[in-house]
This record gives sequence, C-alpha cells and structure tokens, in this order.
Amino acid sequence: MRWGVVQFPGSCDERDALHACELAGGEARLVWHESRDLDGIDAIVVPGGFSYGDYLRAGSIARFSPAMEAVAEFAAAGGPVLGICNGFQVLCETDLLPGALLVNESLRFVCRQVELQVAGETLSIPAKHGEGRYWAPEAMLDELESNGQVAFRYAPGHNPNGSLRDIAGVRNEAGNVLGLMPHPEHAVDAMTGSTDGLRVFEFVAGALA
Amino acid sequence: MTPSPHRELGLTDSEFELIQAKLGREPNGVELAMFSLLWSEHCAYKHSRKLLRRLPTEGERVVMGPGENAGAVSIGEGHAIAFKVESHNHPSAVEPFQGAATGVGGILRDVFALGARPIAILDSLRFGELDSVRSRHLLDGAVRGIGHYGNSIGVPTVGGEIYFEPPYEHNCLVNAMCVGIAERDGMVRAAAAGVGNAVILIGASTGRDGIGGASVLASAELGEGDDAKRPTVQIGDPFEESKVLECCLELLGKGLLVSLQDLGAAGLTSSASEMASAGGVGIDVDVAKVPLREADMEPFEIMVSESQERMLAVVEPGRVAEVIAVCEKWQTGGAEIGAITGSGLVRVLRGGEVAGEMPVEALVDGCPLYDLEPAEPDGWIYGNRVSLRAGATPAETLLALLGSASVASKRWAFEQYDSIVGSRTAQRPESADAAVLAIPEADAAIAISIDGNGRRVACDPYAGTVEAVLECAQNLACAGAEPLGLTNCLNFGNPEKPAPAWQLDRSVQGLADACEALGVPVVGGNVSLYNEGPEGPIYPTPVVGMVGELRDAELASPSAFVAEGDAIALLGPFEPTLEGSELAKQRGELDAGLPQPDIAAVAAACAAVRDAVRAGKLASAHDVSDGGLACALAEAAIGAGLGCSVDLQHLRERGCSPEEALFGEGSGGFIVSGDRDALEALASNGVAVLHLGKVGGVTIEVAAGDRSLSVPLGEAETAWRSLSAQAERNPA
Repeated sequence: MRWGVVQFPGSCDERDALHACELAGGEARLVWHESRDLDGIDAIVVPGGFSYGDYLRAGSIARFSPAMEAVAEFAAAGGPVLGICNGFQVLCETDLLPGALLVNESLRFVCRQVELQVAGETLSIPAKHGEGRYWAPEAMLDELESNGQVAFRYAPGHNPNGSLRDIAGVRNEAGNVLGLMPHPEHAVDAMTGSTDGLRVFEFVAGALA
Repeated sequence: MTPSPHRELGLTDSEFELIQAKLGREPNGVELAMFSLLWSEHCAYKHSRKLLRRLPTEGERVVMGPGENAGAVSIGEGHAIAFKVESHNHPSAVEPFQGAATGVGGILRDVFALGARPIAILDSLRFGELDSVRSRHLLDGAVRGIGHYGNSIGVPTVGGEIYFEPPYEHNCLVNAMCVGIAERDGMVRAAAAGVGNAVILIGASTGRDGIGGASVLASAELGEGDDAKRPTVQIGDPFEESKVLECCLELLGKGLLVSLQDLGAAGLTSSASEMASAGGVGIDVDVAKVPLREADMEPFEIMVSESQERMLAVVEPGRVAEVIAVCEKWQTGGAEIGAITGSGLVRVLRGGEVAGEMPVEALVDGCPLYDLEPAEPDGWIYGNRVSLRAGATPAETLLALLGSASVASKRWAFEQYDSIVGSRTAQRPESADAAVLAIPEADAAIAISIDGNGRRVACDPYAGTVEAVLECAQNLACAGAEPLGLTNCLNFGNPEKPAPAWQLDRSVQGLADACEALGVPVVGGNVSLYNEGPEGPIYPTPVVGMVGELRDAELASPSAFVAEGDAIALLGPFEPTLEGSELAKQRGELDAGLPQPDIAAVAAACAAVRDAVRAGKLASAHDVSDGGLACALAEAAIGAGLGCSVDLQHLRERGCSPEEALFGEGSGGFIVSGDRDALEALASNGVAVLHLGKVGGVTIEVAAGDRSLSVPLGEAETAWRSLSAQAERNPA
C-alpha cells in the first residue's frame, strides 16, 4: 500500500497524515501542490490545514492546483481518496464530493473530541475546524441517505458545528472518494487520545480490495 | 512651546544631547527615528536591564540564554527545546484580534529564527471583569486572534491562563509563549558575521503598518498629516508566516544561512542594528531594494515599519541565488537589501545616497541605563469591590469561587484553539496541570506551564513572584517533569513612578531567588512597562513560563480523580491564609502583605510528587491554587464526574481556621489520589502527607468544623463551566 498526501502551502496536518498512513500500513509520501505526479500511489489523502490561507472560502483556491487536477483524474479512474477537514472542503469545492461546509453554527473555531457513528461502530476522534457545518439541499440529503453515501454521523450530542442531519462525512456515489471533518490522523496513538482513527484509514485501504 | 521632535518620539532632552554628542552632529530625521526606537524601553530595557542582571542564567542544560531570539535548553539526543514568552499588550488593548494574532506571530518567529520548529503555543491573558462590555470585547477578540493565527499556521495552543481583575480594565495583557524543537547542530544565532556577506530580507513586503511613534515624526518633520493617522496596529497573515516558517527551516536545514533574526518591534531598524551589534560588524541597508507594498515610502518609514512576517538573514555571497530559489519555492519574498561591512556603522542607503549613518554601538548600547527610584507604597494602592454576599454559606461561597471567571474552567477559550496538531499533545488543556508534549526525536517528553497571579504579586511583589515560579514548578511536578529552564514576561506599570518601580524591583528579586533556589536558569524574557490606565498601574504581573522534562509522556498524571474509592491526600507544606485570595477579593478585603513561601520545602514536595508520578504511584495530582483546597477538590471531582468526601481536620491542626482550610491560598499544596498506602508512603524527608478522604459519590463533601459543606457535583460543574455564559452575554 503506497499513500500520497497532498501538501499545499498552508497545509497543517500533512505530517500527521503521513505518519498515520504509515501506522495504518504501508509507505507514504508527500505530493507537492505543483506536482501532477501520482506515479505508484495507491491511495490519496488530502489533509487538513488552511490551504493557500483559506482566503476567499475554505478550499476554494486549492481546487485549481495541479495536484488536485491529478487527484480528480485519479478519483475518476476509481482510485481511493480521503479528504480530512480542509481536505474534505477541497473535495467538495472540486465537486468530487456533494454538499458544502459552512461556518460553524457557533461562529467560532471548535476543537474537541467527538464520537462518530460509522457502520455500526462508534469512533472517538477529535474535530477541529471553523467551517465544518455540513450543508446540502434537503433533496440531496435524502438522496445521499438513500444511496448510503452518508459515511459518518456525529453521535447524539456530539455535533460540534450544526451539521445538517449530524453528517460528519460523506462518500461519492462510486464509493471511492471519502471526506470527513474530524481528524482520524489525530487518533492513531493512545498517548495522544485514541487509536480509533486507524479504522478510517482501514476503510480507505479496504476500498482497494 | 516649540515642537521638539525628539520629545514627541519619547526621548528626553539629555538623551537627545547624548545622541548629538555620539554623532558629533545633529541627527537627521531617519537617524532620530531609529534612535528613538532603539533607545525606547522596549528595545533598550533602560529601566530594567540593571535589575535583570540579578537573574541566574546559567545551567548545564542551557544551549542559548538571554540575548538571542529565544532561549534554549538541551533535551538530549542532539536536540534542544527553544522557548520564549513575549507581550503584545498595548496593540491588543487597541485592537484585540490583530494585537493578539500578531503577538502569536511574533513569538513564533523568535523561535524559528533559531532554527527550531514551533511545536506549542501558550498564552497568559489578563482583562478587566466580565461585567464590562469592554472586557468582553477584548477577551473575545484576543481569543479569536490567538486561535486565528495559531490554528492557521498549524502550531497547537496547548495551555495558558486567564485572569480577570479590575486593574486590567483599560490595559489588558496578552502574553504569548512559543516552544520549539531544534537539532542542536542546525541552530543559528542572531549575530551577523562575515564582512562582504549579503543581507537578505525574507517574507512579506513592507508597508506603512505598525509605524508607531515614528508617525509623529511624519507630521512634525515631513508635514504629511494624513500618514500620521495610519493605524499603528500591525495586521497578521498566518498564511504568509506559514510559508516563511517552512522557507526558513528549509534554508537552515540546507545550511544556507549564516544567521537569522526576526523583524519585530522597530522592524528593520532593530533587527539590522542588533545583528550587527551582536557580531561586532557594520551593516548597510539599501531601502530602495526593500520590496514595498505601498509606493513612495520614505527611508525612515521603511526602516521602522513593523509589517509582519519578515525575517532578516545573513548569507554568503555565493549562496544568495540558492536562498532566493528556496524563497520562490515557498512563494514568499526574498530580496538582497544590503551587506555586512567592517565599518562598525549602520548605514541606511537609498540607491547611491546615504540617508542615515550611525555607529552600531551608539544605537544598540549607547542608551543610558537608569536606576529606579523605588519606594514602597503605603499599604494597598488598588481598590476593593465586594461581589460575595455577606453571610454566604460555605456551599454558596464554593459556588461563587468556582463561578468566578478567573477560577472557572477555561474550556470556552481553549476549545477555540487547535491543541492537537503536530501529534505531540499527550495532555490537552485542563486534563493535567501542565501541558505535556511528546518529543520522540529525543525519546523524551516535555511539560510546560505558564503562571502569574498578579493580584498576589500586588499584595507582595516578592512573595507573589516566588509563588508564580513555585506554581509552575508544582504544575510540572504533577506531570512528573523536572524543570529545565524558565522564560518570563514582566508586565508592570510606569517604572519612573516610585510604586511600580518598587514592585518591579521586589518582583525581580523574588524571581531571582526562586530560580536560584530551584536551580532553574532564566534563558530569556521580555519586559513590558508603562501598563497603566486612568486609575493607575495594572497589578504587577510577572508571567513565568517553565519547561520541564519527563521520561514518559504516558506517565503524566491527570488533574482529575480517576476511580471511585481512591484515597485523597494533601501533600506538601501548604499553610493556607485568606491574604490575597480569591475569597478576599470577592469580599472586598484585599490588603498588602502575603506570608513568605518556604521555597526549599516546596521544592522538596515537588520532588516527592515528581518521583511518585514517574513511578506510577499516583492516580491523579493537582496543585492547590486559586480558590484554595475546596476549589482544587471540586476541579478534580468535576473533571472525573466523581464526587469526593474529605475531612480537613488534619489540615486545621496546622493552625488554620475552617475557612482558611477550605478557601485559603498559598504555595506548596498538592491534591493527590490513588492507593491509600501508596500515598502515605510518600511521606519522607520532611514532606508531609495528610490523608483527607476518598473519591466517590455524587457530591463534594468537605468536613471543616462549623464551615462544613456539601455541594452536588452537578451544581459545582454548572458554576465552574459558566465562563462561556459570562463571556458571551449581551450588553446589559
């Protein structure tokens, strides 16, 4: 398993994501934002942070980078892509995932451990963001639910941002592109709080099988 | 009176005469602007430098001491931990969001200027009481600003403290501390070296922002009235700094820089002059080569601009092209703006023309140092406000103390900060007494604490400052850490007045004595004077930041109780009194005077706790601080969601009244929990351990004679979690 982690100017969590990929099994390397070279990469992580400063709107500039053009082609060919936090925002801006991430209901940045529900499991993973309120038109939300595209929900009482229907993460229709606001790469070591995040990397690796 | 530019720039007549004598002529406008900034208190420490010589600065772990961009201590395996705290008080009082944000940006640059990657931020904040709209505005803005900068640049904010006291109403304090990790081989000093080497300005372009005192010069000498009204608060851009940070670390990693310095207060003026002074060389700066964001800037404006996100590097001529290429990779500025010379002069050029020419020595070391004229004030010089109802029961008193904004949980603030980026944070805010970060590079971990209770320092500047150092040491002990070094920010009033001068003098002595006794070197610091409002000076506020080492991050004790049935004990030489306490404040009974802490006895207690934590003998450890033992117990209980039942009879045998035992404050107390036999086995070498009771139930039960109390855990938690309601309430 060879992971690629996209690095934009302003990325913050790319080293953490690299480390998590290695813990999840396999090799990992950074992909510089100006590079289209994804040679030999089996799965892509678009990490958290503030790509290009997140000026204008979170994720809106990163979508124009050469690396994201290559990622879009990679995804179209069925390659697994995981977007975390800012990476989720970038994937929504790139139209690889449905919906949008709006400013938190509290109008404040929030950093706290949250519980996520996924496929019958509950995972304890930290969330940290200022623009993480998942939003989509009602009809699209219904469609996402009926297609099984809602990958992660905040457990009752754990929605930190006012996301509609407690949605914390979604996947595309084909199932190979996954995005979520909480940070699984920050839940891979009991010393820093939890190892539940490794499950998320396993889901992505599993999409290859 | 005829306008005299030097006075308007803050120079005295005799200082101006000294400048004339050193130059042998009248300074021109550029020179006067540069002298006025470098001879300011902020740059020259002219009222504090003599006092600061008292501080112990040496130790076997010290890698870099005062005088560098930041201090640094060895952590083993070829690595060092760099750290420093700095104030950004006045900008934050004017515009809290940008003031606090650029405070964080500035301290980050100090740390990466050494070649250290920033890995943690802590903040020490002071505001007026939250019943004031102004204080809520300042708190909200400062917290957002810190979050904006730290979150965006990907450095976790792992700890801090906030106090609310009336003397900070007009002059809030925003002190930011940054901690970084460096490979010792890759660290650089700020000293310029190598005649003929190039001077490169890295980072953002230069604008008219942050031109403070010098803007007065603009109106006085250049007659450009509009420019004088430009905002004097700098605007931060964390995205730019993120690129500058990565760029500088890459440049240092490749060995391309001879030296590096950040541009902080007084911009190019101070960084160029101080680098030249430290290296014993001269420096030429051609302002025509400085990339500008505004057209037609005057040479003095370029030299004193405080535009953010800029660094100054000295580079061998043959490596300039490589340096510029790395700047381009990171899409940040890189411009050769001058050269190192053997002239011993700072020369400001504009193209071929000399705009200013001054001896480095006169600029950097020529400012006269002043002796203070301290005089102890007659009693308590600050006010008193009653907020607690007379006749409040012990339970009501506990709830009032827990609900005080200074004592209450700071979750509202720290949840707005990313505390986990970097994957090092082993103890998040409020989970332990100190922040704990893993340092896998050195197979070690560090604990960090920042403390300084200005109210207690106001009661007794000497004892209060000793207590601040001891509280840091106690917090570190709870994490199992041994202190390595200390940084400080001395926030005081006007040193030219006798009372603040006395406070400063006594406080520095306390800092020196406590550090000496604990064997902790002071490796850096900052002084912020003239913090006064219309009602007088702020509480004297020495903020102490301490970094310690522990072997295993996973062994750090949590503050909160862990298990039902665990025994609770009070460890250490704790002799509580109500003097200077939160309760005395709420009763409006503050007065001068504090008991003198026994530093050696507290140090012995710290060692006992540290050893017990490292041996895994404690379930929890929490120092007794604001609000006394009752509040410390309540905090440990609330954090666990478990009640407790204790009896303070043994403590009262030390001669405390029931009220002093419950709510009195002082150094040296630890609340520890765990196996009863293991706790009692800690009593040795004169360290006292008093059995108090046990963890369990759904109430906080404290037997204290006729002042016994019982408070349901939920009520205590509601009070302790009330900061968000207090911070976000709408104007009345």
